[in-house]
Amino acid sequence: MCDQASVEKLKSRFSSDVQDVAEFRGELTVTVEKSRIVEICTFLRDECGYNFLCDLCGVDYLGQEPRFMVVYNLYNITTKKRLRVKVAVDEKNANVDTVSGVWSTANWPERECWDLMGISFNNHPDLRRILMAADWEGHPLRKDYPVQGPDREPYQGRLS
Amino acid sequence: MALSEKMTINMGPQHPSTHGVLQLILELDGEVVQKATPHIGFLHRGTEKLSEHRTYNQIIPLTDRLDYLAPMSNNLGYCLAVEKLLGITDKIPERANVIRVIMAELTRLKSHLVWLATHALDIGAMTVFLYAFREREVITDIYEKVAGARMTSNYIRIGGVTEDFPDGVEQDIREFSAAMPDLVDMYEGLLTGNKIWQKRTMGVGVITAEDAIDIGLTGPSLRASGVDWDLRRDAPYCGYETYDFDIPVRTEGDTFASYKARLDEMRQCCRIINQALDRLKPGPVHADCPKIVPPAKEDVVNTIEGLIHHFKIITEGFEVEPGEVYVGIEAPKGELGYYIVSDGSPMPYRMKIRPPSFVNLQALPQMVEGLLLADVIAIIGTLDIVLGEIDR
Repeated sequence: MCDQASVEKLKSRFSSDVQDVAEFRGELTVTVEKSRIVEICTFLRDECGYNFLCDLCGVDYLGQEPRFMVVYNLYNITTKKRLRVKVAVDEKNANVDTVSGVWSTANWPERECWDLMGISFNNHPDLRRILMAADWEGHPLRKDYPVQGPDREPYQGRLS
Repeated sequence: MALSEKMTINMGPQHPSTHGVLQLILELDGEVVQKATPHIGFLHRGTEKLSEHRTYNQIIPLTDRLDYLAPMSNNLGYCLAVEKLLGITDKIPERANVIRVIMAELTRLKSHLVWLATHALDIGAMTVFLYAFREREVITDIYEKVAGARMTSNYIRIGGVTEDFPDGVEQDIREFSAAMPDLVDMYEGLLTGNKIWQKRTMGVGVITAEDAIDIGLTGPSLRASGVDWDLRRDAPYCGYETYDFDIPVRTEGDTFASYKARLDEMRQCCRIINQALDRLKPGPVHADCPKIVPPAKEDVVNTIEGLIHHFKIITEGFEVEPGEVYVGIEAPKGELGYYIVSDGSPMPYRMKIRPPSFVNLQALPQMVEGLLLADVIAIIGTLDIVLGEIDR
């Protein structure tokens, strides 16, 4: 199921921007340079046939530098192959260019990523909160956001 | 009031035809929709945040509550993702896989029956609603016998299923799947040739294959636009590649096409269930992985290893190698994906759910533009959304 050929193509076209290629359980993950994400995604869509964006999300690696990863799970409907693309996003500069111009699917998942993870997307057509209320403060899926919610004592377990 | 005056109306979140707590802000010119803006999140329960604080086994009941009309599909997708992360996919015994296929297909029928019932009711065909819910009740009873619960099943577990089928259930399923194709014909008899049904659905909410792929539609809505894509065949799991079934594809891309695609899919479900029932041979339903699958009660009481494993799994969970996987399955509503990141601890570091309804709902503004207000109802029905998995 691994699509090594596309990764090779990607490497030859964007040699300096492919930072890492990892394989785990038969799934390929390519980490690329943040500033070139739109070009790389357009290349993957047009040249490698990844015409379907399954999912997009952020992962918070609190304590690591850079802190966030934005993960794109791609699918090629013709060859039935999957590929995962990641970009590293640091905390001070938590933004990345939108790929909603490449796949319209990205619109809502990017809004969700902004809402829950606090990573903003440059040039996004409609970057508003989506799941939380419009006036909510904070980004709940960040690792430093308490699971019980803000301003509440942590659950200590049953007393009896 | 001038005739051309624009009006903005609020549809939902308390509206019977929005299938849950969906709010749509509609900008209307007379009866014509110029713009629709969906607002979601009213049912947000933070499933992804909660799962970062639960052991892998404790998350399965949370997945029941995503698409609550198809709980076993959610269980299955999650368990397949964790099994892939653990690397035990090929250790699942044959009988467990066959049971999973049977329950997944019954779940598909269950979900499609609710879709058919509510979709037809919304458009004004009330009779079908009563029949479809009658059949759904049979599946719910099977659920109750198999899993002990009628909706929140928590049945498919990491490494197999909770328990083997109880006596008599095979016969119930066999009778049901034998009767179902004729019942689907009966629904078709009530709707397909009906002039009102045709006028309300044909040519309504047309979406082309290119647009559908671009916006990320999956499932029967995508297949109604002519894209031949079904993960049961294209990325097989649980041995689907060994079953003989067709994937109904239509080309019109409208509401009627997705109605036909789903009804044909229901007939195919029965075919798969019949084949699976024939394959059901006695055998274990749990993988032989004592550190992951909780032991049987007799072993907990009678053996020291069983007691230790039980204690460890229940109190601490099991450790998972660091890594990340994405697994997508063909849920009744489209591609249900789980992306799990593990850092080696007994709880997921991050779990992202890709709910089919969330992405499918995104296509709504595009599909309703320029149509009548009444067509919005038909299109919400055809997208077959469930707010439980949209809001998570």
